[in-house]
Amino acid sequence: MAVTRHSDAVAPVHSSGAIATWLTRHVSTSIGSLGRLFRQPFASLMIVLVIAVTLAIPASLNLVVKNAQFVSSGWDNALDFSMYLQKDLSESDASELAKLIQQRADVASVHLVTASDALAEFKVQSGFGEALDHLAENPLPHTLVVRPSSANTSESMILLQEELGNLPEADLVQVDTEWVQRFHAILDIIKQAIVIGASLLGAAIIVIIGNTIRLDIQNRREEIEVTKLIGASNAFVRRPFLWSGFWYGLFGGLLALGLVQYGLFLLEQPAARLAGLYQSGVSILSLDLRESLSILAVGVLLGLIGSWFAAARHMRRIEPR
Amino acid sequence: MIRIENVTKRYPGGQEALSGLNLAVDKGEMLFITGHSGAGKSTLLRLIALIERPSSGQVIVDGQNTRRVKRRKIPAYRRQIGMVFQDHKLLYDRPVADNVALPLVIAGVSHRDAGRRVRAALDQVGLLHKERRTPETLSAGEQQRVGIARAIVTRPKLLIADEPTGNLDPDLSLEVMRIFRRFNEVGVTLLIASHDISLIDRMGCRRIALDEGRLVPEEEEESWQ
Repeated sequence: MAVTRHSDAVAPVHSSGAIATWLTRHVSTSIGSLGRLFRQPFASLMIVLVIAVTLAIPASLNLVVKNAQFVSSGWDNALDFSMYLQKDLSESDASELAKLIQQRADVASVHLVTASDALAEFKVQSGFGEALDHLAENPLPHTLVVRPSSANTSESMILLQEELGNLPEADLVQVDTEWVQRFHAILDIIKQAIVIGASLLGAAIIVIIGNTIRLDIQNRREEIEVTKLIGASNAFVRRPFLWSGFWYGLFGGLLALGLVQYGLFLLEQPAARLAGLYQSGVSILSLDLRESLSILAVGVLLGLIGSWFAAARHMRRIEPR
Repeated sequence: MIRIENVTKRYPGGQEALSGLNLAVDKGEMLFITGHSGAGKSTLLRLIALIERPSSGQVIVDGQNTRRVKRRKIPAYRRQIGMVFQDHKLLYDRPVADNVALPLVIAGVSHRDAGRRVRAALDQVGLLHKERRTPETLSAGEQQRVGIARAIVTRPKLLIADEPTGNLDPDLSLEVMRIFRRFNEVGVTLLIASHDISLIDRMGCRRIALDEGRLVPEEEEESWQ
């Protein structure tokens, strides 16, 4: 049992060594916290699951809106114009006009609905039936259904509508985009609602993690007291709990991603069937890299905030007695 | 090393644990504080370790007035002092070596250096062969020696011990005291609170007696015993 000189106290660490030591400390603390999580697998899993579900709900709702926006973004340009012609225009003139318009580059196709066709259709659809036979003359004009080419932007659509309306043969050009605009407005509202709901759920995650860390701190009260007694700073005793919060958030985020991807997988076939019915090649949009990373980042951030609140609040009160 | 100047510690409720105490401990001294429980021994050590602050008076440790140590600086202050407790205050969820390493981990000593110092400290208390054991598999005397190894692993200039032999039988107590004596021989200042008069007598060091928060004058000490 050799006794060494005790004159020199612990030398402070310097420069590059300090950074390396700081890093090693964090790595070992983070691994220690991870180990603690795995030593209570069931409790940890429950918390991770709650966080995952709480993150997955707004993420998947957001995905629904994103898909709805993507699908409906094609609708603006696929809308047909109804071009009602002057009442006195003959059927052959209308047919000539149709051919003329057909030649425009910004028009995909033109379909002539004659006044008599329109009346026949109206009879069937309106339910007035025989009553319309008593009309002295057909009140309906010839109509051209103009389908703009898909290359049109919303500005060139407006231009096309104006040009068609300025033709002398035209009485009225109608584009029924209002309901699409309404639909988009509704999507915007839903998006806002998701943001609000997500903030509330985020607050819930902070509370859940904060509470978990609080219990953890209480369970390790004695250990905290002893470490403080032999000179540990608040930052030192707080560190493992911050790492616990980090891991809860990260695993919650990862599991949330898994849940969303699984949901997409379940929807893949019905969506493919729907796309098949519409003869469209559209498939579901999934989370892109940026969105996936933000889910993870949000999980981690909320975990850190929750554990920081709990640690800051309860650590100060644990002082050696 | 330690200067206690006119220190009074009054607890809420009015009772005074220490009343106008004056005391000086030289560098390299090994001093025993005696007195029955409630005499103020623990309070004195707690003031030195800054677990509590005096109601009035000054506590000056190694040139630092504890009054001027801000709350935020208390951990750094405590790291300069080795502390040994009656109930050891070990962490039972980790092996002996990790317990001893804790002050080094707190101080940010590199892993390799820490390992070397932990083994040196355990060697000094004769427990090197038990570094991988958990504290609860050790005897009370061994646990106390682990506590001592933890207190000296940072090589503090001052070691304070509150009833370090309180739970030990006479042989183990003597062994613990011999370990303290060896540290004292290499320059560590020791302040040991104990009520084990016969043991203290065998050590042949200076001792002071406290009674109701006051120093008992030497001439009265004999009769007090």
